[in-house]
Amino acid sequence: MVKKLRYTNALAVLLTVAGLSAPALAGSEDVVVENAWSRASIGVNRPGAAYMTVRNTGEDAVTLTGLATPLAMMPEIHESKTNSDGVSSMAPAGEITIEPGQSVALEPGGLHAMLMKLQEPMTEGENFPLTLTFSDGGKVTVEVPILGIAARGPKG
Amino acid sequence: MQRRQLLLYGAAGAGVLGLTLFVGWWRVDGPGAPEPKGQRPLPLSAMEFRLTDHEENEVGPGNLIGRPTMVFFGFTYCPDVCPTTLSDISGWLEELGDEASEMNVVFITVDPERDTVEAMAEYVGYFHPVIRGWTGPEDQIARAAEGFRASFERVPTEGGGYTMNHTAGVFLFDAEGELVTMIDYHEPREFAVPKIRRALTEDVEGAT
Ligand SMILES: [Cu+2]
Repeated sequence: MVKKLRYTNALAVLLTVAGLSAPALAGSEDVVVENAWSRASIGVNRPGAAYMTVRNTGEDAVTLTGLATPLAMMPEIHESKTNSDGVSSMAPAGEITIEPGQSVALEPGGLHAMLMKLQEPMTEGENFPLTLTFSDGGKVTVEVPILGIAARGPKG
Repeated sequence: MQRRQLLLYGAAGAGVLGLTLFVGWWRVDGPGAPEPKGQRPLPLSAMEFRLTDHEENEVGPGNLIGRPTMVFFGFTYCPDVCPTTLSDISGWLEELGDEASEMNVVFITVDPERDTVEAMAEYVGYFHPVIRGWTGPEDQIARAAEGFRASFERVPTEGGGYTMNHTAGVFLFDAEGELVTMIDYHEPREFAVPKIRRALTEDVEGAT
């Protein structure tokens, strides 16, 4: 994960220096993240999850490629699904493209920022920074408030 | 002769089409339609399993008969679906108010390796106080799941750990232990709470 991020950064710098891409970013500077929240954890052994709405206010499609946070060594976008037999499962969601003017909701029971290998417990009342990385090399960092374990949404 | 043959084919074709439509109806909407959640769960009185609740009491399906019951399968290392369902259930119970204390509400783990009695006690403590957490030996969990016609499966994850796939719906039984209905994962509260009230009223009707 970390390696991949560095690589993307290096590539962005390289492209900028070489003057290959006139604007360094294509789209991600128009990304707005709203209503971020997460649930407190019990200790560090259980993975955490964070939720938010990622809105593309620009005129180009953007592709969310990854996450980074000092809170967890393995943050990843996951998707929970429930099949026709009512069995739910969870798997990495891969890259997510957001068309101009559209938004993607990370919400309970669907897409979520899965926070694996927590470095410290998620404590109710605190915040942590979460960086979203995009395919154009851009990054958006949000402060995610930590709510109670039984929270149902951004308002608790 | 040719025309007759055509008619014959036509009739046979119509017959096949009719049969196909009939078979389709039978399978999709008719009596052959699959139960939405696989097979129907057994009545609680027909189930057999022995588990331990989060206060170290020995428990089984017999403990659930006599009061309406809600049961949900999950595991405490589940970051998304399980806390969401437990907080949904807590919300329904809050809305029911005093009636909530007339129900059994049980969260059965499908991950007994990590979900010890202590782990269950700590976890359920964060949700509505009516909710009980049950765990036990894997074979007994498997027997419980079989009775509810629930399924679960251990799935390895990238980091060398594992996660569990599991039936996510909430089972609702009346006081006699007969299934009333399922509350699907993520059912809006406007539908869930009336379903629970129905299970509570069936109890009243049965008693009078
Ligand atoms: Cu996940």
